Amino acid sequence: MSFTDILWTVGIAALKSVGLLVCLLVYIAFALYADRKVWAAVQMRRGPNVVGPWGLLQSFADLTKFFFKEPIIPASANKGVFLLAPFIFATLSLAAWAVIPLAEGWAIADLNVGVLYIFAISSLGIYGVIMGGWASNSKYPFLGALRSTAQMVSYEVSIGFVIVTVLMCAGSLNLTKIVESQNQYGIFGWYWLWLFPMFVVFFISALAETNRPPFDLPEAESELVAGYMVEYSSTPFLLFMLGEYVAIMLMCAMGTILFLGGWLPPVPYAPFTWVPGVVWFVLKASLFFFMISMVKAFVPRYRYDQLMRLGWKVFLPISLVMVILVATVLKVTDLAPKSPEPPPAPVATKAVIQ
Amino acid sequence: MTIGQAASSLLLKEFVAAFVLSMKYFFRPKATINYPFEKNFSSPRFRGEHALRRYPNGEERCIACKLCEAICPAQAITIEAGPRRNDGTRRTTRYDIDMVKCIYCGMCQEACPVDAIVEGPNMEFATETREELLYDKQKLLDNGARWEREIARNLRADAPYR
Amino acid sequence: MTALFFYLFSTVAVASAFMVIAARNPVHSVLYLILAFVNAAGLFILLGAEFLAMLLVVVYVGAVAVLFLFVVMMLDVDFAELRQGFLQYLPIGGLIGLIFLVELVLVVSTWSISPDALQVPLASNAPLEGITNTEAIGRVLYTRYAYFFQAAGLILLVAMIGAIVLTLRERAGVKRQDISAQNARDPKEVLTLHDVPSRKGLPESVS
Repeated sequence: MSFTDILWTVGIAALKSVGLLVCLLVYIAFALYADRKVWAAVQMRRGPNVVGPWGLLQSFADLTKFFFKEPIIPASANKGVFLLAPFIFATLSLAAWAVIPLAEGWAIADLNVGVLYIFAISSLGIYGVIMGGWASNSKYPFLGALRSTAQMVSYEVSIGFVIVTVLMCAGSLNLTKIVESQNQYGIFGWYWLWLFPMFVVFFISALAETNRPPFDLPEAESELVAGYMVEYSSTPFLLFMLGEYVAIMLMCAMGTILFLGGWLPPVPYAPFTWVPGVVWFVLKASLFFFMISMVKAFVPRYRYDQLMRLGWKVFLPISLVMVILVATVLKVTDLAPKSPEPPPAPVATKAVIQ
Repeated sequence: MTIGQAASSLLLKEFVAAFVLSMKYFFRPKATINYPFEKNFSSPRFRGEHALRRYPNGEERCIACKLCEAICPAQAITIEAGPRRNDGTRRTTRYDIDMVKCIYCGMCQEACPVDAIVEGPNMEFATETREELLYDKQKLLDNGARWEREIARNLRADAPYR
Repeated sequence: MTALFFYLFSTVAVASAFMVIAARNPVHSVLYLILAFVNAAGLFILLGAEFLAMLLVVVYVGAVAVLFLFVVMMLDVDFAELRQGFLQYLPIGGLIGLIFLVELVLVVSTWSISPDALQVPLASNAPLEGITNTEAIGRVLYTRYAYFFQAAGLILLVAMIGAIVLTLRERAGVKRQDISAQNARDPKEVLTLHDVPSRKGLPESVS
């Protein structure tokens, strides 16, 4: 591989990433606006309506405001970690998008372990929160960070089991293959129907994982002011906010891929198959996001011990039982996906050292 | 915990019911108005920004009786009186209202024997600095000139109940 | 390109591993440890073991290091006190370090590879056609090493049960919330509505 070749591949990948990022951020700007509008509509309010037509440009106004505000760093904060935390948070949640296939073959990196990659990256996101909370050197951020971390670690377990069940049905860790394995019977072939309890568990865990209401205890403004974000202002705060919404959209994309058939059309016949896959993907992700913002509007916030109870005493057993159940059903009915060809049995008798 | 209960909580029965209910509210007409572009109805008794009025012939109403200064519970009004130069009638030489202190109780308006100091219908007088909220006589008279029509209409509408 | 990334990852890994012991603030130490873990995961990816790399990140960085960080953050460490007896313990500490070094050198220098192993045509290392990394591990783990795998699972289970037994205690006289019982309450069974006549009160039968 010559140097120009390397430069070429890297350049193409960088261009793709920038393209995805721009689309994603613009989409998130409008998702934020939609979130506020939905919340307002349920409460019979109007929501943002001044900036631009119907307030459509509200998010961009907010963005500008955050940029031009003065960043304040508390005197007793651990400056390096304090500034590093929001960057880690935002970067990691953006990085996870590298493997999301928006349509057939549209992923920037089609990893063989795509699901695990997302799982790993989103578990790293905790560090942004915990570092921010600790480095602020103040009570409320610290408490918020502790809560948030415990919450994210707990719900990661049940998300892990949800993913395991889907993987068993799909027979691959590759996100593209997971979507392709749902490609039959249209909307009834997607996993949301076959694995409905897991879909529910995934949806609720996604809320908890991204600190969305009703599980927004880290920010619980009535008790912790704003949790780990208390001491942040201006661009660092913007990065936290952005990272949070990117993570939410990531969960929507994950839900779309795992349960709603990714880019597949709901009815696998003519007029629906003409629509490009990415449109279906965005529609499904938006539907998922709409559900998430509706939940914010009508479910009261959980108490912390109730949250932990739900995670460990309800979801964990349910998902464990479902894993066993699904595995049994797949084995008994012989529906389990087959691997391409049986490989030669490994003959190593001892650990092989190269 | 019965089986039915387990099933209904696993299938999110309450969640779906709440979703349907909130979707109903989603499409209801809004309870709020488009504020900066639409204004709500305000009562003739509304107590907003202060104004000093004049008679139709341009004469100041205020006779510097200082009743408003005396009754003001927040002690926001400061008045200095003196004879006017051309005809020697008693007038204010200074009439200041500290709008930051004011609690908008409307007692000054009640106390005034000549309907000089009134609280007008205006409530959009937010400023960027505190100093701008320390009103002097000129500012109050300007307010009176600007809002005279609304103030007069409100006073007329409210007169039968005074 | 691979070489470039190898040197990048390994340099950062070694440097951050050094910073783990050199950093004054224990929280910084843990953060450097996490950096070292992530770089180790990068090295795994370069080796073509992406499954292991992701597991390393999920398990060590995502869960274990978080607990480390929790503990370190909660501890009220007095840095001045920590460094107090440094010189006092230097000789004995240095001696122990030296012994370790000598032992390590001895171990490494007498390292020998079983001749059997060399005969094997590197079966598990070679990428089998059409088989992903994950599948290759699964095939070995659930066939050849199934018993070891089960044993490891049992050990973890015992540890888990042990932890629960150690911390679980039934305290008497504590009011607990039974959420499913609360949810099971039906207004029809626990609530009755009555028209109360004025100056009469409820009839005896219902009050």
